[in-house]
Amino acid sequence: MSKMHITTSINGDTTEFLAEADQTLLSALRDNLRLTGTKEGCGSGDCGACSVRVDGRVVCSCLMLAPEAQDRAIETIEGMADGDNLHPVQRRFLEEAALQCGFCTPGFLIAARDLLDRNPNPTETEIRFWLAGNLCRCTGYDKIVRAVQKAAEDVRG
Amino acid sequence: MQYSAPETIESALKLLESDDDARVMAGGTDLIVQMTSGMRSPSHVVDIKRIPELCGVVQTADGGWKIGAAVPGAELNEHVELKRDWPGFVEATDLIGSMQVQGRATPVGNLCNASPAGDAVPGMVAAGATVTVAGSNGFRDVAAHDVPAAPGRTNLEKNEFVIAVNLPPKPPNSGDAYLRFIPRTEMDIAVVGTGVFLAFGESGHVREARIALGAIAPTVVFCTEAADALIGSRLEEEAIEAAVLAARNACNPIDDKRGTAEFRVHTVGVLIKRSIAIATQRAKRQVGMD
Repeated sequence: MSKMHITTSINGDTTEFLAEADQTLLSALRDNLRLTGTKEGCGSGDCGACSVRVDGRVVCSCLMLAPEAQDRAIETIEGMADGDNLHPVQRRFLEEAALQCGFCTPGFLIAARDLLDRNPNPTETEIRFWLAGNLCRCTGYDKIVRAVQKAAEDVRG
Repeated sequence: MQYSAPETIESALKLLESDDDARVMAGGTDLIVQMTSGMRSPSHVVDIKRIPELCGVVQTADGGWKIGAAVPGAELNEHVELKRDWPGFVEATDLIGSMQVQGRATPVGNLCNASPAGDAVPGMVAAGATVTVAGSNGFRDVAAHDVPAAPGRTNLEKNEFVIAVNLPPKPPNSGDAYLRFIPRTEMDIAVVGTGVFLAFGESGHVREARIALGAIAPTVVFCTEAADALIGSRLEEEAIEAAVLAARNACNPIDDKRGTAEFRVHTVGVLIKRSIAIATQRAKRQVGMD
């Protein structure tokens, strides 16, 4: 099977890679490009660990084929911090202890930042609904919600 | 497997004709799961998201709506005018999966995946939707409820695919609603779903009604008997009970891990009443009746 040559933008950088037609974007990010911050949890779109933003919308990268990335703009967790400066969502997750094992955290951060980009003043209910596609088996979610609320305050300034 | 992303309907049709085992992909939230789990292994995936006319929501000259087959739920949910006209349909679509799934999943995909439990389906059937189907002989419009044939199978001809869902112009004094029962509060598959559309006449009687039932038969049930029980009434208790009875009689459910057949038949009645109440409230709010 001949591979497809894909040109895309990842975290603002033009990136080229070779992918099998039936490879998922998640697999291409992790296995071809070694961007392993994006995690594979369920592989069926239920857990949100593989969340990335594609042309401004958060999607599960396990539910997208790698060739679909052609000419799209992909944002992964690797592009969230600005050098050593963490995004407010990242900093608050640390300060509020919103993670234990950390496996779900990149997906939560991608989803939470997208929420705050759209709505810097979400209610607790809105936060819980927006993050309902991200599963965490450690924290019980309350600390995650608090971290997003604090990050929202930071974003509002 | 081959992957193609044609930019015209014609080239998509050619690709489908060239490979008997090709499969159309819109959002891919069902298809890719089926592929990775080994349920389906198409030899060719034809991605329709690069066809510009399939990627938009447009109001038609008569005031109806044409929703391209590649438009995901998130985009519908952000569309203020569409949501104002057909809130029940938009809410039904929005119930499918998480925010991540909404970024990809389309109501047309939900219809063509042909799960008996697809939430968008009773929503669009109650709204009176047709779909436009492209094929080698040109285009044809089909009632949405005629698309599913059986679980996982549609009535589309070989090499045909749906390019748009068409919602009619919303009549005055009308409203639609969709409710489903799930054992959790979020992110689950419907055990029962009911879509209701009601339009009222000037004197307050029901002028037009459509009722669609999901997850209680192999395919969506467009229940004209239940709708007929409401038409001409002023939603008196007897009329509503007659509609409930007709809807329950139209059920042909199975027992499964999500619910028993008996529970499904009972719940159809409960949800129909609640959906009628919401559709009525939406219809009357527009004209300040009540």
